[in-house]
Amino acid sequence: MSRKRHSSTAEKRNTRAPVFAALGDETRLSLVARLCAGQPYSIAELTEGHKLTRQAITKHLRVLERAGIVHSIRRGRESRFEFVPEPIEAIKEYLDLVSEQWDQTLIRLKSFVEG
Amino acid sequence: MKMNDRIEKKIELKAPVSRVWRALTDYREFGQWFRVKLDGPFVPGQVSRGHITYPGYEHVKWEAVVQSMEPERLFSFTWHPYSVDPKIDYSKETPTLVEFRLEKTTSGTLLLLSESGFDKIPSDRRLEAFRRNDGGWTEQMKNIENHVAKTS
Repeated sequence: MSRKRHSSTAEKRNTRAPVFAALGDETRLSLVARLCAGQPYSIAELTEGHKLTRQAITKHLRVLERAGIVHSIRRGRESRFEFVPEPIEAIKEYLDLVSEQWDQTLIRLKSFVEG
Repeated sequence: MKMNDRIEKKIELKAPVSRVWRALTDYREFGQWFRVKLDGPFVPGQVSRGHITYPGYEHVKWEAVVQSMEPERLFSFTWHPYSVDPKIDYSKETPTLVEFRLEKTTSGTLLLLSESGFDKIPSDRRLEAFRRNDGGWTEQMKNIENHVAKTS
């Protein structure tokens, strides 16, 4: 709980804050699903399987980029997008822990009312 | 791939709905299994205040806003989960919603718990807050389990 640690937390919050919000969209989820295999894709490649326009896909990719879930690499004239696993791992880990706490809390409630 | 921003739990309790309802909504009973000392009864629309009673964590305040109390059916409140760092102003963050729903079964009560709204909280704060407090909470949970087993 030191101040140092706190400020580093604050820094990270700025760079990769609304991960859940970024994932709360079918199109973005499908883009993440495609990218999370590890291989970087160009916007053209990512647009191929979609009914959406290139512009719409780009907009979604930028939302993911702002949340730190993907980052773009420029190759010549085209941008390729690559998956960054850490933000999603972090929220998954957090939810697992909260979930585990509830398991324990409910077990206590169970003993309390059944005792 | 599926991302959930909510937690859902289901547990069968071998106790009548009325008993479970009391354990959830009587602030003293709630305090016993949740391990929190509350200042007063739960009232819908009002803030519930208190503090964690586990040794070493007395500085951790409990604060929630009671949302619904539909007798023997639904008890819900909003709160800021794991707000353990006095330096962070949690009140600026959107709280999560915790709901306890009760259903009568042949053997007692089915309790459905959900916590939702995690998408509104900065994700790193959540993780850090949790990590900091993890040891304390886990230990605390065991404590309550023992206490509950004894007092029944």
